[in-house]
Amino acid sequence: MTRDISQNAAQRIAQRFPGLAAEAAPAGIVVPAESLLEIAAFLKENPDLALDYLAAITAVDYLDHFEVVYHMTSITHNHSLMLKVRLPGRENLALPSLTSLWQGADLQEREVYDLMGIAFSGHPNMKRVLLWDGFQGHPLRKDFIYEPS
Amino acid sequence: MKEEAAPIKTETFMVNMGPQHPSTHGVFRMRLSLDGEVVVDVEPIFGYLHRGVEKLAEGRTWVQDVTLTDRLDYLASMSNNLAYVLAVEKLAGIAVPERAEHIRVIMAELSRIASHLMAVGSFLNDMGAATFTPLIYMFQEREKILDLFEMTCGQRMTFNYIRIGGVSCDLPEGFIPALTRFLGEMPRFIDEYDTYLEDNEILLARCVGVGVLPPDKAINASVSGPSLRGSGVRWDLRQADPYSIYDRLKFDIPTGKNGDVYDRYRVRMEEMRQSLRILGQSVRDLPGGDYRTKVPVTFRAPAGEAYAHLESPKGELGFYLVSDGSLSPYRFKIRAPSFINLGVLRDLLIGCKVADCVVTLGSLDIIMGEVDR
Amino acid sequence: MSFWDYIKDLSNIARRVAEWTGGEWWVYGLLGLLALLLFLVPSLLALIWIERKVFGRLQVRYGPNRAGPFGLLQPVADAIKVMTKEDVAPARGDRLLFRLAPALAFMPAMAIFAAIPFTRNMAVNLDIGVLYIIAVGSLGVIAVFMAGWASNNKYSLLGAMRAVAQTVSYELPLVLSVLAIVLATGSLSLVKIVEYQTVPLLLLQPLTFFIFVVAALAELNRTPFDIMEADSEIVAGYHTEYSGMSFSLFYLAEYTHALAVSALIATMFLGGWKPDVGIPWLWLIVKIYLVFLVFSWIRGTLPRLRVDQLMGFAWKFLFPLALINILIVAIEVQALEGFPGWLALVNIPVAAIILIGMARLFRFGRVTAPARAPERG
Repeated sequence: MTRDISQNAAQRIAQRFPGLAAEAAPAGIVVPAESLLEIAAFLKENPDLALDYLAAITAVDYLDHFEVVYHMTSITHNHSLMLKVRLPGRENLALPSLTSLWQGADLQEREVYDLMGIAFSGHPNMKRVLLWDGFQGHPLRKDFIYEPS
Repeated sequence: MKEEAAPIKTETFMVNMGPQHPSTHGVFRMRLSLDGEVVVDVEPIFGYLHRGVEKLAEGRTWVQDVTLTDRLDYLASMSNNLAYVLAVEKLAGIAVPERAEHIRVIMAELSRIASHLMAVGSFLNDMGAATFTPLIYMFQEREKILDLFEMTCGQRMTFNYIRIGGVSCDLPEGFIPALTRFLGEMPRFIDEYDTYLEDNEILLARCVGVGVLPPDKAINASVSGPSLRGSGVRWDLRQADPYSIYDRLKFDIPTGKNGDVYDRYRVRMEEMRQSLRILGQSVRDLPGGDYRTKVPVTFRAPAGEAYAHLESPKGELGFYLVSDGSLSPYRFKIRAPSFINLGVLRDLLIGCKVADCVVTLGSLDIIMGEVDR
Repeated sequence: MSFWDYIKDLSNIARRVAEWTGGEWWVYGLLGLLALLLFLVPSLLALIWIERKVFGRLQVRYGPNRAGPFGLLQPVADAIKVMTKEDVAPARGDRLLFRLAPALAFMPAMAIFAAIPFTRNMAVNLDIGVLYIIAVGSLGVIAVFMAGWASNNKYSLLGAMRAVAQTVSYELPLVLSVLAIVLATGSLSLVKIVEYQTVPLLLLQPLTFFIFVVAALAELNRTPFDIMEADSEIVAGYHTEYSGMSFSLFYLAEYTHALAVSALIATMFLGGWKPDVGIPWLWLIVKIYLVFLVFSWIRGTLPRLRVDQLMGFAWKFLFPLALINILIVAIEVQALEGFPGWLALVNIPVAAIILIGMARLFRFGRVTAPARAPERG
């Protein structure tokens, strides 16, 4: 059975990055957007955590803020972690890209960008993946209204 | 005066393989840069089948959304049903009767065999195996599975059979004998295909060493399913994170050694055998009792979020559901294995010949309904 | 002359007609053409039907069974369909070459039949029959390249490039294998080659037969050597852009060529019109169909090789094999001053040993280790 290691991970992050608030959410941890890349690198490279498999990236639109959700799994230790990042506001949303750590982030980040409009800085090929380039808006946002031209 | 011979200049040229192409498995497109026959660069382009399933689901009720999942990986709809339903049940904490669990596993494993048959068949077809011959042989067996499905729920493709709380109806009379007959004859067919294909010199020449995916890269690129196991990573969610009754079933996880096209093909063939083992056990242990927990049509999942995943024929199929306590999901995210597996395509293809492109793509076994959603 | 004599040897009819008209050369020519068409057109229709039926059976399905009894009229229905179809030419292509290519593809395939002896008399006794057939037979690739170039389509061009490379490579073993026959029979004339075969050359020179059939399969571009129109890779290769009648001309040219090569194999290896009993030319036709049936069978079972493996196979396997074969045959001819029938008993095991040995030595190029993908520019 894949174990959930939210508690353990939150403690370790607190030890490693003192002064950084990694809250434990109901099923996962929430980290600040600025230090996402460092924390992700730590989670991946720490031999006890070794979250080597980035299973899924997604985003949820809560109207006042966006939540980007990373599902990570460790194939070595068979445990998993849900990492969340909250992004307030609706315009010019940006997060550091995790493609430098996981190649698997490539298409998934593009999908999030395409459908939710969250750009990932440092991504080698940040463009739409499912919709065509000229498409206006990001359809998975709650305030998206489709207007056929 | 001696004239210096100008060096012969060659230039790469662009070929659009797809979206209308016989072997791109639907409407997939690869923009290939070719240097003669050698692939210099490749850009996968897709989205032609994008229907916005994730958005559509937000406008339908929890119960209705099962039908949307049918249309993702349309070759293994049962697995999709199951994955979604598992997520909803995790979210709402619904317990499922024992009989329903067994029926679900039976359906999921039948789906796996059907999907792998198609995968191997169309992969061989991509290899130019004689205008459809292997594909049609595989169809023959798949047909029997579809007959079983039709017997159960009246549908051959989009089933909407596995529902929240159980399954939509009990197994019909005559299903178990029919399934037992299928289980009896299927191993012989798989052996037969192996005899034809396993040591075929041309097949080996085309597959061994082509499209090599090293294990560390496979993990790093979030590849899942037979493609991951073909690279030698022993990772199958049915054992790593057992759902339903898989923790009580005995089966092996076949893995490859080199991570090439041939290994991925072998893994699929072996997985069919293992699926038959699972089917045998779950039929043997099939208990009586109720086949569902009643869930009202106006079902409301409690507010919260849940991520459930399972090992679909294509890989890790996950559903991340967010509920605000209303009739329909607030967020309905599909972790589509075919989509994410495509991330390694570029690495696999560069340096290959044009002919290897289609074979490698076929060995990844993508399905556009799931890639584009 | 009795009715039976006319049936047995159709050339008697021609001679009779020519006598009436004064024995002009063009009468012979026209009659020959007529006879050829009378043989070719029904044969082509039959072959297409046979192949589709064989495929159907190989693929556990029925094959055509709607038009006419057993679907026999299916090729006719297909012919009507393609003839009434619009014939589209690509706007940016080379119009002249585009139109010329299908006709040019058909001609050499048909011209091969001029030298095939149906019986001793029903033949143009060309002294250089073998040479003529090889020369004419390899002309087809020019049409293929024309088609690929004129289509202004990348798939077509790729297909045409592959076609040229493949045909040039396989021409060598093909010619060298025929050379072994010429060595043994001491003649380039196909009539003489048939007459020589008291024991079919298939048994006398099995190795030659193997090389010839494999090389001929490649020339015919059938699986496992059909890379020039590999439908799963380059759509339809050189004839991707063709439609309607132009397409069907290519299609017919392919079958005509297959028929011609079957005829050649029947003539050179299976003893042509022999055994000289009953209606001799019927024997040949039966043999042609049998050979074609084997071709269909091969096509229905094997997967396709990759282009580099195909070249490797031609140059590293077939070509040396053909040279060894010539050496063996030459030694035998020199030592025995002839080629007695009992040699079959020696040559069959020798061929088996050499083939197995070479096959053990030979490996298809299992290369292509993909380098790491370069960074996106």
